[in-house]
Amino acid sequence: MDQTITVTVNGREYECSVEPRLLLSDFLRHEIGLTGTHVGCEHGVCGACTVLVDNEAVRSCLLFAVQTNGREVATVEGLDGGAQALHPIQHGFWERHGLQCGFCTPGILMSLVPFLQENPNPTEEEIRDLLSGNICRCTGYQKIVEAVQLGARLIQEKSS
Amino acid sequence: MKPAAFDYFAPGTLDEALGLLADYGGDAKPLAGGQSLVPTMNFRLAQPAVLVDLNGIDELFFIREEDGGLRCGAMTRQRSVERSPLVQRISPLLYEAMPHIAHSQIRNRGTIGGSLAHADPAAELPVLAVALDARMYVRSVTDARWVAARDFYVGLFATAMLPDEMLVEVAFPALPPGSGWAFDEVARQHGNYAMCGAAAVVGLDGRGVVERARLVYLSVGEGPVEAEQAEALLVGEQPNAEAIRAAAETAATQDVDPVGDIHAGPAFRRHLSRVIAERVLTRAIERATEANRQ
Repeated sequence: MDQTITVTVNGREYECSVEPRLLLSDFLRHEIGLTGTHVGCEHGVCGACTVLVDNEAVRSCLLFAVQTNGREVATVEGLDGGAQALHPIQHGFWERHGLQCGFCTPGILMSLVPFLQENPNPTEEEIRDLLSGNICRCTGYQKIVEAVQLGARLIQEKSS
Repeated sequence: MKPAAFDYFAPGTLDEALGLLADYGGDAKPLAGGQSLVPTMNFRLAQPAVLVDLNGIDELFFIREEDGGLRCGAMTRQRSVERSPLVQRISPLLYEAMPHIAHSQIRNRGTIGGSLAHADPAAELPVLAVALDARMYVRSVTDARWVAARDFYVGLFATAMLPDEMLVEVAFPALPPGSGWAFDEVARQHGNYAMCGAAAVVGLDGRGVVERARLVYLSVGEGPVEAEQAEALLVGEQPNAEAIRAAAETAATQDVDPVGDIHAGPAFRRHLSRVIAERVLTRAIERATEANRQ
């Protein structure tokens, strides 16, 4: 039996009727057309579908859309804050070649947003620990680590 | 890779949730953090007819001190436990082990009660509960009881709970003065399921002789595996390197009988059992010695 939910995604409110078994990842992609959230393994291992729910990084393939009723969801589409410009973390990835195919990138970016808010000046070890929750199969993680380091610096420069 | 259809309830109180479990019995599953249940539903290994979502039940989210020990509501997020100064002070072993549980993105959602009740033999929390003599508070509409952690785990993904019962709270007693502790595990990548891991708690008497020893493993059996023969060997001994080596050897050869899977064969798991036992016992004894000096 469908249930009606009201959920805010990237600042915009949606009211939708959904089946309880609909995963948040599928809700985002198929119901409201935000295909920036990528679906990799669908069992919580790869991290490609990571989004923010109430500003915490979570796997959207392990949440049902009904569970986000009344909550705020943020996806990679909202990273620019409507400014049509790259977020400093995205800029870091661009500048340091932090991606090849880019499939894993949205999940990594969304994991990084709250991480860098809490931890504006992370050590390499802390960055690698955070990245352990996101799998990239193109290459090693060295460029991604460098991208995060640059992104962290750009955020600090922007806010100072 | 999509779950089968189910009826969804999101009760706002514990009593409502227990009522739903009583009504639907074995057809219903409580949904805690969903970090284990939802993957098995996505694979259709689990197809519950009814989900009772506990995420809206505020009374199940808490960490507090009681009788010198720690009390956690079943829905307390693993991330909250990991960051709690109260946990750090009262239950340092639990505090040390929390970052080993999966990844931060999983711990943001995963709950202490969900992991304890899921009874995955590769999970850290059941092992910590047994090592720390935790007690589980289990409720149904008609009944409420405390179950010791070592009686709670009865087999592979199996607990002493009945279908209409739910884990609502867990109590970790404070360690006795003069205790040392340690946790370690080996995984292919940090955050993955460990191929082997263990928690140790050791207490020394005034002369530095081992008075109490606890060594509990994950990923080498159907649930938490206590190395009873190794523990017995240590008690009454001066805890030197030789005694630790002998205990680790006994644990790996007598106490555990690991089976293999695609991640590690039985011989490698047995090897890890010995190496990890030596590590955690050594560190626990160092800490106990330090505590006795103060």
